[in-house]
Amino acid sequence: MKKHISHIDRSTAVISIRDLYKSFGSLHVLKGIDLDLFKGENVVVLGRSGTGKSVLIKIISGLLKPDKGTVQVLGEEVDKLNTKELQALRLKIGFSFQNSALYDSMTVRENLAFPLTRNKPGISDDEVEEAVKQVLEDVGLSQAINQMPSELSGGQRKRIGIARTLILRPEIMLYDEPTAGLDPITSADINSLINEVQELYHTSSIIITHDLTCAKATGDRIAVMLNGQFNKMGSFEEVFDSDNDEINSFYNYNFIEGGSA
Amino acid sequence: MKKEPGSGKFKLWKKGAHLFSPRIDRFSMKIYDIYKFILRFFKEAFVPPYDFKEIIRQCYYVGYKSLVLISLTGFITGLVFTKQSRPSLAEFGATSWLPSLISIAIIRALAPLVTALIAAGKVGSNIGAELGSMRVTEQIDAMEVSATNPFKFLVVTRVIATTCMLPMLMMYTAFVGMMGSYLDVHSKELTSFRAFFHNAFQSITFLDISASVTRAIVFGFTIGMAGCYTGYNATQGTQGVGRAANSAVVASMFLIFIEEIIIVQIVNAIRPI
Ligand SMILES: Nc1ncnc2c1ncn2[C@@H]1O[C@H](COP(=O)(O)OP(=O)(O)OP(=O)(O)O)[C@@H](O)[C@H]1O
Ligand SMILES: [Mg+2]
Repeated sequence: MKKHISHIDRSTAVISIRDLYKSFGSLHVLKGIDLDLFKGENVVVLGRSGTGKSVLIKIISGLLKPDKGTVQVLGEEVDKLNTKELQALRLKIGFSFQNSALYDSMTVRENLAFPLTRNKPGISDDEVEEAVKQVLEDVGLSQAINQMPSELSGGQRKRIGIARTLILRPEIMLYDEPTAGLDPITSADINSLINEVQELYHTSSIIITHDLTCAKATGDRIAVMLNGQFNKMGSFEEVFDSDNDEINSFYNYNFIEGGSA
Repeated sequence: MKKEPGSGKFKLWKKGAHLFSPRIDRFSMKIYDIYKFILRFFKEAFVPPYDFKEIIRQCYYVGYKSLVLISLTGFITGLVFTKQSRPSLAEFGATSWLPSLISIAIIRALAPLVTALIAAGKVGSNIGAELGSMRVTEQIDAMEVSATNPFKFLVVTRVIATTCMLPMLMMYTAFVGMMGSYLDVHSKELTSFRAFFHNAFQSITFLDISASVTRAIVFGFTIGMAGCYTGYNATQGTQGVGRAANSAVVASMFLIFIEEIIIVQIVNAIRPI
Protein backbone atom coordinates (compact mmCIF):
# COMPACT_ATOMS: atom_id res chain seq x y z
CA MET A 1 0.00 0.00 0.00
CA LYS A 2 1.04 3.54 -0.60
CA LYS A 3 3.10 4.71 2.34
CA HIS A 4 2.70 8.45 2.63
CA ILE A 5 -0.59 10.24 2.98
CA SER A 6 -1.69 12.40 0.10
CA HIS A 7 -3.60 15.63 0.63
CA ILE A 8 -6.49 15.11 -1.69
CA ASP A 9 -9.10 17.80 -2.19
CA ARG A 10 -12.13 15.84 -3.38
CA SER A 11 -14.14 18.96 -4.12
CA THR A 12 -11.88 20.17 -6.94
CA ALA A 13 -11.42 18.12 -10.09
CA VAL A 14 -8.37 19.26 -12.06
CA ILE A 15 -9.13 16.88 -14.93
CA SER A 16 -12.64 15.88 -15.77
CA ILE A 17 -13.42 13.62 -18.69
CA ARG A 18 -16.94 12.79 -19.83
CA ASP A 19 -18.04 10.20 -22.38
CA LEU A 20 -14.83 10.28 -24.40
CA TYR A 21 -14.62 8.46 -27.74
CA LYS A 22 -11.67 8.10 -30.08
CA SER A 23 -11.10 5.85 -33.05
CA PHE A 24 -8.47 5.54 -35.75
CA GLY A 25 -10.21 4.56 -38.95
CA SER A 26 -12.17 1.46 -38.13
CA LEU A 27 -10.22 0.83 -34.91
CA HIS A 28 -12.32 2.00 -31.98
CA VAL A 29 -9.86 2.69 -29.18
CA LEU A 30 -11.71 4.70 -26.53
CA LYS A 31 -15.40 3.94 -26.11
CA GLY A 32 -16.94 6.14 -23.45
CA ILE A 33 -14.30 7.10 -20.89
CA ASP A 34 -15.33 8.97 -17.73
CA LEU A 35 -12.71 10.11 -15.25
CA ASP A 36 -12.21 12.74 -12.57
CA LEU A 37 -8.77 13.55 -11.21
CA PHE A 38 -8.95 15.46 -7.96
CA LYS A 39 -6.46 18.01 -6.72
CA GLY A 40 -3.49 16.31 -5.08
CA GLU A 41 -4.48 12.85 -6.18
CA ASN A 42 -2.57 10.11 -8.00
CA VAL A 43 -4.79 8.05 -10.29
CA VAL A 44 -3.27 4.95 -11.83
CA VAL A 45 -4.65 3.75 -15.15
CA LEU A 46 -4.06 0.05 -15.59
CA GLY A 47 -4.66 -1.84 -18.77
CA ARG A 48 -3.22 -4.25 -21.25
CA SER A 49 -1.00 -3.18 -24.09
CA GLY A 50 -2.90 -1.50 -26.90
CA THR A 51 -6.05 -0.60 -24.95
CA GLY A 52 -5.53 3.11 -25.58
CA LYS A 53 -3.90 4.36 -22.40
CA SER A 54 -1.36 6.49 -24.24
CA VAL A 55 -4.10 7.76 -26.53
CA LEU A 56 -6.04 8.90 -23.46
CA ILE A 57 -3.28 11.11 -22.05
CA LYS A 58 -2.39 12.40 -25.51
CA ILE A 59 -5.96 13.63 -25.74
CA ILE A 60 -5.67 15.23 -22.31
CA SER A 61 -2.58 17.16 -23.39
CA GLY A 62 -4.13 18.14 -26.71
CA LEU A 63 -1.80 16.08 -28.92
CA LEU A 64 -4.79 14.16 -30.28
CA LYS A 65 -8.34 15.35 -30.79
CA PRO A 66 -11.27 13.43 -29.37
CA ASP A 67 -14.04 12.25 -31.69
CA LYS A 68 -16.73 12.81 -29.09
CA GLY A 69 -17.00 13.82 -25.46
CA THR A 70 -15.44 16.53 -23.34
CA VAL A 71 -12.06 16.82 -21.67
CA GLN A 72 -11.73 19.61 -19.13
CA VAL A 73 -8.30 20.39 -17.70
CA LEU A 74 -8.10 23.01 -14.95
CA GLY A 75 -11.54 24.19 -15.98
CA GLU A 76 -10.79 24.59 -19.68
CA GLU A 77 -12.01 22.42 -22.50
CA VAL A 78 -8.82 21.27 -24.22
CA ASP A 79 -10.02 20.82 -27.80
CA LYS A 80 -11.78 24.21 -27.88
CA LEU A 81 -8.66 26.27 -27.09
CA ASN A 82 -6.72 28.28 -29.64
CA THR A 83 -2.96 27.89 -29.99
CA LYS A 84 -2.11 30.55 -27.41
CA GLU A 85 -4.54 29.29 -24.79
CA LEU A 86 -3.42 25.73 -25.33
CA GLN A 87 0.21 26.74 -24.83
CA ALA A 88 -0.70 28.50 -21.60
CA LEU A 89 -2.50 25.40 -20.39
CA ARG A 90 0.35 23.12 -21.39
CA LEU A 91 2.70 25.07 -19.14
CA LYS A 92 0.70 23.62 -16.26
CA ILE A 93 0.77 20.04 -17.53
CA GLY A 94 3.86 17.85 -17.33
CA PHE A 95 4.02 14.92 -19.74
CA SER A 96 6.53 12.14 -19.18
CA PHE A 97 6.68 10.05 -22.34
CA GLN A 98 6.71 6.27 -22.53
CA ASN A 99 10.11 6.33 -24.27
CA SER A 100 11.30 9.49 -22.41
CA ALA A 101 11.57 11.41 -25.72
CA LEU A 102 14.72 13.27 -24.70
CA TYR A 103 16.15 15.59 -27.37
CA ASP A 104 19.06 13.46 -28.42
CA SER A 105 21.04 16.22 -30.09
CA MET A 106 21.23 18.13 -26.80
CA THR A 107 23.03 17.48 -23.51
CA VAL A 108 21.04 16.85 -20.33
CA ARG A 109 21.57 20.49 -19.34
CA GLU A 110 20.23 21.73 -22.69
CA ASN A 111 17.31 19.30 -22.52
CA LEU A 112 16.27 20.70 -19.18
CA ALA A 113 16.95 24.33 -20.08
CA PHE A 114 15.01 24.11 -23.33
CA PRO A 115 11.43 24.43 -22.01
CA LEU A 116 12.53 27.17 -19.64
CA THR A 117 14.39 29.40 -22.10
CA ARG A 118 11.71 28.94 -24.75
CA ASN A 119 8.87 29.86 -22.42
CA LYS A 120 10.56 32.63 -20.46
CA PRO A 121 12.58 34.60 -23.00
CA GLY A 122 13.87 37.15 -20.45
CA ILE A 123 15.29 34.62 -18.01
CA SER A 124 18.98 35.00 -17.15
CA ASP A 125 21.56 32.25 -17.66
CA ASP A 126 22.20 32.05 -13.92
CA GLU A 127 18.54 31.49 -13.17
CA VAL A 128 18.35 28.74 -15.78
CA GLU A 129 21.44 27.05 -14.42
CA GLU A 130 20.07 27.19 -10.91
CA ALA A 131 16.71 25.75 -11.93
CA VAL A 132 18.40 22.96 -13.88
CA LYS A 133 20.61 22.03 -10.93
CA GLN A 134 17.68 22.13 -8.53
CA VAL A 135 15.48 19.87 -10.60
CA LEU A 136 18.33 17.43 -11.25
CA GLU A 137 18.90 17.23 -7.53
CA ASP A 138 15.19 16.54 -7.04
CA VAL A 139 15.36 13.53 -9.35
CA GLY A 140 18.73 12.46 -7.93
CA LEU A 141 20.85 12.76 -11.05
CA SER A 142 23.05 15.81 -10.46
CA GLN A 143 26.12 14.08 -11.92
CA ALA A 144 24.52 13.57 -15.35
CA ILE A 145 24.29 17.27 -16.20
CA ASN A 146 26.85 17.23 -19.03
CA GLN A 147 25.98 13.85 -20.51
CA MET A 148 24.18 13.17 -23.77
CA PRO A 149 20.90 11.22 -23.61
CA SER A 150 22.50 8.34 -25.55
CA GLU A 151 24.94 7.84 -22.67
CA LEU A 152 22.19 7.35 -20.10
CA SER A 153 20.49 4.16 -19.00
CA GLY A 154 16.75 3.63 -19.43
CA GLY A 155 16.00 4.49 -15.82
CA GLN A 156 18.17 7.61 -15.95
CA ARG A 157 16.42 8.73 -19.13
CA LYS A 158 13.06 8.35 -17.40
CA ARG A 159 14.28 10.53 -14.56
CA ILE A 160 15.61 13.20 -16.91
CA GLY A 161 12.31 13.07 -18.81
CA ILE A 162 10.45 13.66 -15.56
CA ALA A 163 12.89 16.42 -14.57
CA ARG A 164 12.36 18.16 -17.90
CA THR A 165 8.64 18.44 -17.21
CA LEU A 166 9.12 19.39 -13.55
CA ILE A 167 11.26 22.39 -14.45
CA LEU A 168 8.13 24.25 -15.54
CA ARG A 169 6.49 23.57 -12.14
CA PRO A 170 3.39 21.84 -13.51
CA GLU A 171 0.18 21.39 -11.54
CA ILE A 172 -0.66 18.14 -13.28
CA MET A 173 1.72 15.30 -14.18
CA LEU A 174 0.95 12.66 -16.79
CA TYR A 175 3.27 9.65 -16.58
CA ASP A 176 3.18 7.20 -19.47
CA GLU A 177 4.53 3.87 -18.21
CA PRO A 178 7.22 5.30 -15.95
CA THR A 179 8.55 1.86 -14.99
CA ALA A 180 8.24 -0.08 -18.23
CA GLY A 181 11.39 -1.97 -19.09
CA LEU A 182 13.15 -1.24 -15.80
CA ASP A 183 14.45 -3.70 -13.23
CA PRO A 184 12.47 -4.00 -9.96
CA ILE A 185 14.91 -1.90 -7.93
CA THR A 186 15.05 0.95 -10.43
CA SER A 187 11.26 0.70 -10.72
CA ALA A 188 10.95 1.10 -6.97
CA ASP A 189 13.17 4.19 -7.22
CA ILE A 190 10.92 5.67 -9.88
CA ASN A 191 7.85 4.87 -7.79
CA SER A 192 9.21 6.76 -4.83
CA LEU A 193 10.26 9.58 -7.14
CA ILE A 194 6.65 9.86 -8.33
CA ASN A 195 5.48 10.07 -4.73
CA GLU A 196 8.17 12.61 -3.88
CA VAL A 197 7.12 14.74 -6.82
CA GLN A 198 3.53 14.64 -5.60
CA GLU A 199 4.65 15.81 -2.17
CA LEU A 200 7.28 18.32 -3.23
CA TYR A 201 5.53 19.94 -6.17
CA HIS A 202 1.91 19.40 -5.00
CA THR A 203 0.94 17.85 -8.29
CA SER A 204 -2.05 15.78 -9.26
CA SER A 205 -1.06 12.90 -11.51
CA ILE A 206 -2.31 10.30 -13.91
CA ILE A 207 0.05 7.34 -13.98
CA ILE A 208 -0.30 4.88 -16.80
CA THR A 209 1.17 1.47 -16.25
CA HIS A 210 0.70 -2.24 -16.50
CA ASP A 211 3.01 -2.80 -13.57
CA LEU A 212 0.94 -3.63 -10.47
CA THR A 213 3.80 -2.91 -8.08
CA CYS A 214 3.93 0.61 -9.44
CA ALA A 215 0.15 0.89 -9.22
CA LYS A 216 0.16 -0.23 -5.62
CA ALA A 217 3.02 2.03 -4.60
CA THR A 218 1.91 5.24 -6.27
CA GLY A 219 -1.86 5.12 -6.73
CA ASP A 220 -4.43 6.73 -4.47
CA ARG A 221 -6.99 5.34 -6.85
CA ILE A 222 -6.80 2.70 -9.57
CA ALA A 223 -8.79 2.71 -12.80
CA VAL A 224 -8.75 -0.43 -14.90
CA MET A 225 -9.21 0.00 -18.62
CA LEU A 226 -10.80 -2.83 -20.54
CA ASN A 227 -12.05 -2.63 -24.10
CA GLY A 228 -11.90 1.14 -24.27
CA GLN A 229 -13.78 1.81 -21.04
CA PHE A 230 -13.02 2.02 -17.35
CA ASN A 231 -14.26 -1.26 -16.08
CA LYS A 232 -13.47 -0.72 -12.45
CA MET A 233 -12.32 2.18 -10.30
CA GLY A 234 -11.37 2.43 -6.63
CA SER A 235 -8.53 1.78 -4.21
CA PHE A 236 -6.11 -1.03 -4.98
CA GLU A 237 -7.89 -3.44 -2.62
CA GLU A 238 -11.33 -2.59 -3.94
CA VAL A 239 -10.30 -3.14 -7.53
CA PHE A 240 -8.52 -6.42 -7.05
CA ASP A 241 -11.02 -7.89 -4.63
CA SER A 242 -13.20 -8.54 -7.60
CA ASP A 243 -14.88 -11.41 -9.35
CA ASN A 244 -14.19 -10.12 -12.82
CA ASP A 245 -12.15 -12.81 -14.54
CA GLU A 246 -10.19 -10.47 -16.78
CA ILE A 247 -9.08 -8.28 -13.89
CA ASN A 248 -8.16 -11.31 -11.83
CA SER A 249 -6.15 -12.84 -14.62
CA PHE A 250 -4.24 -9.55 -14.91
CA TYR A 251 -3.54 -9.66 -11.18
CA ASN A 252 -2.61 -13.33 -11.15
CA TYR A 253 -0.27 -12.92 -14.03
CA ASN A 254 1.52 -10.01 -12.40
CA PHE A 255 1.92 -11.44 -8.94
CA ILE A 256 1.41 -15.18 -8.99
CA GLU A 257 2.80 -16.28 -12.33
CA GLY A 258 5.68 -13.91 -11.72
CA GLY A 259 5.76 -11.71 -14.84
CA SER A 260 6.05 -8.25 -13.37
CA ALA A 261 5.40 -6.12 -16.45
CA MET B 1 -6.00 24.43 -31.77
CA LYS B 2 -4.13 23.20 -34.79
CA LYS B 3 -6.49 22.42 -37.62
CA GLU B 4 -6.03 19.03 -39.12
CA PRO B 5 -5.89 18.64 -42.87
CA GLY B 6 -9.33 17.73 -44.00
CA SER B 7 -11.16 20.30 -41.95
CA GLY B 8 -13.32 23.12 -43.24
CA LYS B 9 -14.23 22.91 -46.88
CA PHE B 10 -12.50 19.55 -47.18
CA LYS B 11 -14.74 17.97 -44.59
CA LEU B 12 -16.83 16.33 -47.26
CA TRP B 13 -13.86 14.31 -48.43
CA LYS B 14 -13.11 13.02 -44.99
CA LYS B 15 -16.56 11.59 -44.65
CA GLY B 16 -15.84 9.14 -47.44
CA ALA B 17 -17.42 11.04 -50.31
CA HIS B 18 -15.05 11.57 -53.20
CA LEU B 19 -14.95 14.57 -55.48
CA PHE B 20 -12.97 12.70 -58.11
CA SER B 21 -11.35 9.30 -57.80
CA PRO B 22 -9.90 8.41 -54.38
CA ARG B 23 -6.39 8.75 -55.75
CA ILE B 24 -6.87 12.21 -57.16
CA ASP B 25 -8.55 13.24 -53.92
CA ARG B 26 -5.65 11.96 -51.86
CA PHE B 27 -3.22 13.78 -54.13
CA SER B 28 -5.14 17.05 -53.81
CA MET B 29 -5.28 16.65 -50.05
CA LYS B 30 -1.51 16.27 -50.04
CA ILE B 31 -1.05 19.41 -52.12
CA TYR B 32 -3.37 21.28 -49.77
CA ASP B 33 -1.40 19.98 -46.81
CA ILE B 34 1.91 21.14 -48.34
CA TYR B 35 0.37 24.52 -49.13
CA LYS B 36 -0.66 24.89 -45.49
CA PHE B 37 2.82 23.87 -44.36
CA ILE B 38 4.42 26.56 -46.53
CA LEU B 39 1.87 29.12 -45.41
CA ARG B 40 2.62 28.28 -41.78
CA PHE B 41 6.32 28.89 -42.47
CA PHE B 42 5.64 32.45 -43.67
CA LYS B 43 3.27 33.09 -40.79
CA GLU B 44 5.80 32.04 -38.18
CA ALA B 45 9.06 33.16 -39.79
CA PHE B 46 8.34 36.86 -39.41
CA VAL B 47 6.92 36.84 -35.91
CA PRO B 48 9.33 37.39 -32.99
CA PRO B 49 11.05 35.89 -31.08
CA TYR B 50 13.66 35.01 -33.70
CA ASP B 51 16.00 32.09 -33.10
CA PHE B 52 19.16 33.72 -34.43
CA LYS B 53 21.44 31.39 -32.55
CA GLU B 54 19.77 28.29 -33.92
CA ILE B 55 19.67 29.74 -37.45
CA ILE B 56 23.42 30.40 -37.34
CA ARG B 57 24.01 26.88 -36.09
CA GLN B 58 21.92 25.43 -38.90
CA CYS B 59 23.70 27.63 -41.48
CA TYR B 60 26.97 26.28 -40.21
CA TYR B 61 25.73 22.70 -40.63
CA VAL B 62 24.46 23.33 -44.16
CA GLY B 63 27.86 24.71 -45.16
CA TYR B 64 29.86 22.17 -43.25
CA LYS B 65 27.92 19.19 -44.61
CA SER B 66 28.22 20.09 -48.26
CA LEU B 67 31.52 21.98 -48.51
CA VAL B 68 33.88 19.10 -49.30
CA LEU B 69 31.67 17.55 -51.93
CA ILE B 70 30.89 20.91 -53.50
CA SER B 71 34.57 21.86 -53.68
CA LEU B 72 35.43 18.61 -55.36
CA THR B 73 32.54 18.58 -57.79
CA GLY B 74 32.84 22.27 -58.64
CA PHE B 75 36.55 22.01 -59.33
CA ILE B 76 36.24 18.91 -61.47
CA THR B 77 33.28 20.32 -63.38
CA GLY B 78 35.31 23.41 -64.33
CA LEU B 79 38.37 21.39 -65.24
CA VAL B 80 36.62 18.73 -67.29
CA PHE B 81 34.31 21.19 -69.01
CA THR B 82 37.33 23.19 -70.16
CA LYS B 83 39.16 20.11 -71.40
CA GLN B 84 36.13 18.89 -73.32
CA SER B 85 35.39 22.27 -74.92
CA ARG B 86 38.89 23.00 -76.10
CA PRO B 87 38.90 20.72 -79.22
CA SER B 88 35.68 22.23 -80.56
CA LEU B 89 36.94 25.78 -80.11
CA ALA B 90 40.37 24.85 -81.46
CA GLU B 91 38.77 23.85 -84.76
CA PHE B 92 37.91 27.52 -85.32
CA GLY B 93 41.13 28.72 -83.76
CA ALA B 94 39.07 30.28 -81.00
CA THR B 95 40.62 28.86 -77.86
CA SER B 96 41.01 32.41 -76.58
CA TRP B 97 37.24 32.37 -76.07
CA LEU B 98 37.53 29.56 -73.58
CA PRO B 99 37.43 31.74 -70.43
CA SER B 100 34.23 33.51 -71.45
CA LEU B 101 32.59 30.31 -72.62
CA ILE B 102 33.41 28.62 -69.36
CA SER B 103 32.30 31.52 -67.20
CA ILE B 104 28.96 31.70 -69.01
CA ALA B 105 28.43 27.97 -68.63
CA ILE B 106 29.40 27.89 -64.98
CA ILE B 107 27.75 31.04 -63.71
CA ARG B 108 24.61 30.88 -65.80
CA ALA B 109 23.94 27.17 -65.63
CA LEU B 110 26.20 24.78 -63.81
CA ALA B 111 26.97 26.40 -60.46
CA PRO B 112 23.37 26.78 -59.20
CA LEU B 113 22.34 23.37 -60.45
CA VAL B 114 25.37 21.45 -59.19
CA THR B 115 25.19 23.16 -55.81
CA ALA B 116 21.48 22.52 -55.46
CA LEU B 117 21.68 18.85 -56.42
CA ILE B 118 24.53 18.21 -54.01
CA ALA B 119 22.80 20.11 -51.22
CA ALA B 120 19.59 18.18 -51.89
CA GLY B 121 21.50 14.93 -51.49
CA LYS B 122 23.52 15.92 -48.45
CA VAL B 123 21.48 18.53 -46.60
CA GLY B 124 17.92 17.66 -47.67
CA SER B 125 18.23 14.01 -46.76
CA ASN B 126 19.83 14.95 -43.48
CA ILE B 127 17.02 17.29 -42.52
CA GLY B 128 14.43 14.68 -43.51
CA ALA B 129 16.10 11.99 -41.43
CA GLU B 130 16.72 14.23 -38.44
CA LEU B 131 13.21 15.62 -38.18
CA GLY B 132 11.77 12.23 -39.10
CA SER B 133 13.49 10.52 -36.21
CA MET B 134 12.48 13.35 -33.89
CA ARG B 135 8.90 12.81 -35.00
CA VAL B 136 8.80 9.04 -34.56
CA THR B 137 10.59 9.12 -31.20
CA GLU B 138 8.00 11.68 -30.01
CA GLN B 139 10.58 14.43 -29.49
CA ILE B 140 8.44 16.80 -31.53
CA ASP B 141 5.41 15.90 -29.41
CA ALA B 142 7.54 16.49 -26.33
CA MET B 143 8.34 20.00 -27.52
CA GLU B 144 4.70 20.62 -28.20
CA VAL B 145 3.49 19.53 -24.76
CA SER B 146 6.14 21.62 -23.05
CA ALA B 147 4.42 24.64 -24.61
CA THR B 148 7.26 25.36 -27.02
CA ASN B 149 6.58 25.68 -30.72
CA PRO B 150 8.47 22.90 -32.52
CA PHE B 151 7.59 24.27 -35.95
CA LYS B 152 9.34 27.54 -35.21
CA PHE B 153 12.37 25.97 -33.61
CA LEU B 154 12.88 23.12 -36.07
CA VAL B 155 11.32 24.03 -39.40
CA VAL B 156 11.62 27.82 -39.63
CA THR B 157 15.30 27.83 -38.64
CA ARG B 158 16.26 25.08 -41.08
CA VAL B 159 14.42 26.56 -44.04
CA ILE B 160 15.94 30.00 -43.41
CA ALA B 161 19.37 28.39 -43.14
CA THR B 162 19.17 26.53 -46.45
CA THR B 163 17.67 29.57 -48.17
CA CYS B 164 20.51 31.82 -47.00
CA MET B 165 23.33 29.36 -47.47
CA LEU B 166 22.59 28.12 -50.98
CA PRO B 167 23.47 31.43 -52.73
CA MET B 168 26.76 31.55 -50.85
CA LEU B 169 27.56 27.95 -51.64
CA MET B 170 26.60 28.62 -55.26
CA MET B 171 29.11 31.48 -55.50
CA TYR B 172 31.72 29.31 -53.91
CA THR B 173 31.01 26.53 -56.43
CA ALA B 174 31.34 29.04 -59.26
CA PHE B 175 34.65 30.21 -57.85
CA VAL B 176 36.20 26.73 -57.52
CA GLY B 177 34.79 25.82 -60.93
CA MET B 178 36.55 28.81 -62.46
CA MET B 179 39.73 27.85 -60.62
CA GLY B 180 39.54 24.37 -62.10
CA SER B 181 39.11 25.86 -65.52
CA TYR B 182 41.95 28.30 -64.97
CA LEU B 183 44.27 25.44 -64.05
CA ASP B 184 43.68 23.84 -67.44
CA VAL B 185 43.77 27.07 -69.45
CA HIS B 186 46.92 28.20 -67.70
CA SER B 187 48.73 24.93 -68.33
CA LYS B 188 47.83 24.87 -72.05
CA GLU B 189 47.74 28.50 -73.15
CA LEU B 190 49.89 30.04 -70.43
CA THR B 191 47.21 32.66 -69.81
CA SER B 192 47.86 34.77 -66.74
CA PHE B 193 45.46 34.71 -63.80
CA ARG B 194 44.50 38.32 -64.42
CA ALA B 195 43.94 37.91 -68.12
CA PHE B 196 41.84 34.80 -67.54
CA PHE B 197 39.47 36.43 -65.10
CA HIS B 198 39.37 39.69 -67.03
CA ASN B 199 38.31 37.73 -70.08
CA ALA B 200 35.91 35.56 -68.14
CA PHE B 201 34.00 38.39 -66.50
CA GLN B 202 33.66 40.44 -69.65
CA SER B 203 30.85 38.25 -70.86
CA ILE B 204 29.04 38.04 -67.52
CA THR B 205 26.27 40.55 -66.93
CA PHE B 206 24.53 41.67 -63.81
CA LEU B 207 21.45 39.81 -65.01
CA ASP B 208 23.41 36.54 -65.13
CA ILE B 209 24.58 36.87 -61.58
CA SER B 210 21.29 38.01 -60.13
CA ALA B 211 19.41 35.27 -61.99
CA SER B 212 21.74 32.65 -60.55
CA VAL B 213 21.47 34.06 -57.06
CA THR B 214 17.68 34.03 -57.39
CA ARG B 215 17.76 30.43 -58.50
CA ALA B 216 20.00 29.48 -55.59
CA ILE B 217 17.58 31.15 -53.19
CA VAL B 218 14.62 29.31 -54.69
CA PHE B 219 16.50 26.00 -54.67
CA GLY B 220 17.60 26.52 -51.06
CA PHE B 221 14.05 27.19 -49.99
CA THR B 222 12.88 24.09 -51.86
CA ILE B 223 15.51 21.85 -50.29
CA GLY B 224 14.74 23.10 -46.78
CA MET B 225 11.00 22.83 -47.25
CA ALA B 226 11.10 19.36 -48.78
CA GLY B 227 13.34 18.04 -46.02
CA CYS B 228 11.28 19.61 -43.26
CA TYR B 229 7.91 18.61 -44.70
CA THR B 230 8.81 14.96 -45.17
CA GLY B 231 10.58 14.74 -41.81
CA TYR B 232 7.99 16.66 -39.82
CA ASN B 233 5.21 14.46 -41.16
CA ALA B 234 7.05 11.14 -40.92
CA THR B 235 5.03 8.17 -39.69
CA GLN B 236 5.45 4.50 -38.95
CA GLY B 237 8.59 4.12 -36.93
CA THR B 238 12.15 3.77 -38.14
CA GLN B 239 10.98 2.78 -41.60
CA GLY B 240 9.34 6.17 -41.85
CA VAL B 241 12.65 7.90 -41.11
CA GLY B 242 14.30 6.27 -44.10
CA ARG B 243 11.31 7.06 -46.24
CA ALA B 244 11.35 10.70 -45.13
CA ALA B 245 15.02 11.10 -46.00
CA ASN B 246 14.50 9.43 -49.33
CA SER B 247 11.46 11.40 -50.40
CA ALA B 248 13.13 14.63 -49.28
CA VAL B 249 15.86 14.06 -51.86
CA VAL B 250 13.58 12.84 -54.64
CA ALA B 251 11.06 15.62 -54.16
CA SER B 252 13.61 18.41 -53.97
CA MET B 253 15.55 17.20 -57.04
CA PHE B 254 12.33 16.92 -59.02
CA LEU B 255 11.22 20.39 -57.96
CA ILE B 256 14.66 21.85 -58.64
CA PHE B 257 14.49 20.71 -62.27
CA ILE B 258 11.03 22.17 -62.73
CA GLU B 259 12.02 25.47 -61.13
CA GLU B 260 15.18 25.56 -63.23
CA ILE B 261 13.17 25.28 -66.44
CA ILE B 262 10.71 27.95 -65.38
CA ILE B 263 13.37 30.42 -64.25
CA VAL B 264 15.44 29.94 -67.40
CA GLN B 265 12.39 30.78 -69.50
CA ILE B 266 11.75 33.93 -67.51
CA VAL B 267 15.37 35.08 -67.60
CA ASN B 268 15.68 34.46 -71.32
CA ALA B 269 12.51 36.44 -71.90
CA ILE B 270 13.90 39.50 -70.15
CA ARG B 271 17.49 39.17 -71.38
CA PRO B 272 18.40 41.88 -73.93
CA ILE B 273 19.78 40.14 -77.01
N1 LIG C 1 -1.69 8.01 -34.19
C1 LIG C 1 -2.29 6.81 -34.31
N2 LIG C 1 -2.78 6.43 -35.49
C2 LIG C 1 -3.39 5.24 -35.63
N3 LIG C 1 -3.57 4.35 -34.64
C3 LIG C 1 -3.10 4.68 -33.43
C4 LIG C 1 -2.44 5.92 -33.20
N4 LIG C 1 -2.07 5.97 -31.90
C5 LIG C 1 -2.50 4.81 -31.35
N5 LIG C 1 -3.12 4.03 -32.25
C6 LIG C 1 -3.72 2.73 -31.99
O1 LIG C 1 -4.50 2.84 -30.83
C7 LIG C 1 -4.36 1.68 -30.03
C8 LIG C 1 -4.01 2.07 -28.62
O2 LIG C 1 -2.73 2.63 -28.60
P1 LIG C 1 -2.01 3.13 -27.27
O3 LIG C 1 -0.65 3.59 -27.67
O4 LIG C 1 -2.87 4.09 -26.57
O5 LIG C 1 -1.91 1.79 -26.41
P2 LIG C 1 -1.41 1.66 -24.92
O6 LIG C 1 -2.58 1.31 -24.10
O7 LIG C 1 -0.66 2.87 -24.52
O8 LIG C 1 -0.45 0.42 -25.04
P3 LIG C 1 1.00 0.19 -24.39
O9 LIG C 1 0.77 -0.29 -23.01
O10 LIG C 1 1.62 -0.85 -25.24
O11 LIG C 1 1.74 1.49 -24.45
C9 LIG C 1 -3.32 0.80 -30.68
O12 LIG C 1 -3.97 -0.28 -31.29
C10 LIG C 1 -2.68 1.67 -31.72
O13 LIG C 1 -2.43 0.92 -32.88
MG1 LIG D 1 1.32 3.39 -24.30
